[in-house]
Amino acid sequence: MVKRNPYEQNYYPPVPTKLTRWSRVSLLWQSFRFIVLNIKILRMVRKH
Amino acid sequence: MAKLVILGAGIAGHTAALHARRKLGREHEIIVIAPNSKWNWIPSNIWVGVGWMKPEQVTFELAPVYKKQHITFKQARAVSIHPQGDSSHAQPFVSIEYTLPGKAGQTEQVAYDYLINATGPKLNFAATEGLGPEKNSLSVCTYGHAEQTAGILKEHIERMKKGEHLKFVVGTGHGMCTCQGAAFEYIFNLEFELQKAGVRDKATITWLSNEVELGDFGIGGMLLKRGGYITHSRIFAESLFTERGLDWITQAHVTKVEKNRTHYELLNGETGTIEHDFAMLLPPFSGVGLKAFDKEGTDITSDLFAANGFMKVDADYTPKPYDQWKPSDWPKTYQNPLYKNIFAVGIAFAPPHGISKPMKNPNGTPINPTPPRTGMPSGVMGRIVAYSIVDLIKSRNKPLREASMANMGAACIASAGAGLFNGSGVSMTMYPIIPDFDKYPETGRDIKYTTGEIGLAGHWIKHALHYAFIYKAKALPLWMAVPE
Repeated sequence: MVKRNPYEQNYYPPVPTKLTRWSRVSLLWQSFRFIVLNIKILRMVRKH
Repeated sequence: MAKLVILGAGIAGHTAALHARRKLGREHEIIVIAPNSKWNWIPSNIWVGVGWMKPEQVTFELAPVYKKQHITFKQARAVSIHPQGDSSHAQPFVSIEYTLPGKAGQTEQVAYDYLINATGPKLNFAATEGLGPEKNSLSVCTYGHAEQTAGILKEHIERMKKGEHLKFVVGTGHGMCTCQGAAFEYIFNLEFELQKAGVRDKATITWLSNEVELGDFGIGGMLLKRGGYITHSRIFAESLFTERGLDWITQAHVTKVEKNRTHYELLNGETGTIEHDFAMLLPPFSGVGLKAFDKEGTDITSDLFAANGFMKVDADYTPKPYDQWKPSDWPKTYQNPLYKNIFAVGIAFAPPHGISKPMKNPNGTPINPTPPRTGMPSGVMGRIVAYSIVDLIKSRNKPLREASMANMGAACIASAGAGLFNGSGVSMTMYPIIPDFDKYPETGRDIKYTTGEIGLAGHWIKHALHYAFIYKAKALPLWMAVPE
């Protein structure tokens, strides 16, 4: 967990919840995101 | 028979050479002039810089690839361009000086019909006192620098394992730097490696950068859709820095780097110093210092090149304030306006102005990122210009091909830690690269194509791209199927 110091630099930004952090390393979810991201990139590439 | 000469064998120059060769018959000669014998996939240098990869994994020898492709390779640096020839040469030519061992220092004039300037930048460490791997800071700009940085990092990890607490600074070493993305990747990979080594609690890591805010990246930041909001990449970046326990100092122009201390001035005019045991600070870029001469030998460098040493192309270079900048200021064909057989691509072309807003502090010191034009846009420019030249050589009655950064998207995959199952990457896409607030008043870019997310998939993509682009650059079978 991030230690936040009130009124200091790291007090204000949003930080990910446990679920978000889990989803970032979940093999199932990330495999799906891998496909989605590749499609997004290919769509971008096809513009040129 | 036409002769195409390409200066530089980086992403832009090498891509141009391969595509031109693919499209032109053997009766046409293609010559690549580059001072280094090796091709380097620069985006993976950050992994060399933390010791996760070796230089051999991010480089290969150019000569065998060019031999197979019937491209002439001269390992040399370009010294001057003579676009009108001279008293003894009717044809335009480039003067070169060999760097090839055995021929080092020998000079030659190489005639051309068409010239592509893709020299990339000079790493201008001299712009800041004490900056650079030969002085007091480290770099990951070349594989050699990155290897040196990895060695020093390893020593520091050993010291921390023995109980020392060390301070790390990562960022930009001058107020006019570009490529914040590379430093951004390095700081997260550094943090990740310290975690892996079990010494993260022994390190204070600080980001020091010329960006006005975190997440600017020299492109004025991005507005993207996240969690039901349209939010700025600043929030995205600050969140990641906070999550990883990194401090940050932005709006900084580094004035001097000492062995264990860096001095800087801020946009508000205040000055500061930061102590460190390890500083990886990127240098500003300038042109490589090419000169140009007319037929009589008069210096015409300022006709071909902007003051920063980058080559003038079909951009609108009229000085204008930020609120009058237009996407149409950006070049489309990369053709030099005076010499129609000369083109400049990648970092070598002179941008009309920045993308991030120019700013000066009360002392008059400019502190703002200069525009990035590396990676994907460089490759696209190389290909498009090669196609234009092929059209010209084949006398096709076609307009020059266009690839304006104001009409081009980019995908940027920033590594945030290397590991097959526990790694992380920030995957960003944007369209267009140059924001257009007339066309997209709310966001400056098309929100459908401008996205960002963090996760393991980003690392997988970055790792897959490493192999894909090296495969492509080696011109192995079906290389052209790998997009730029």
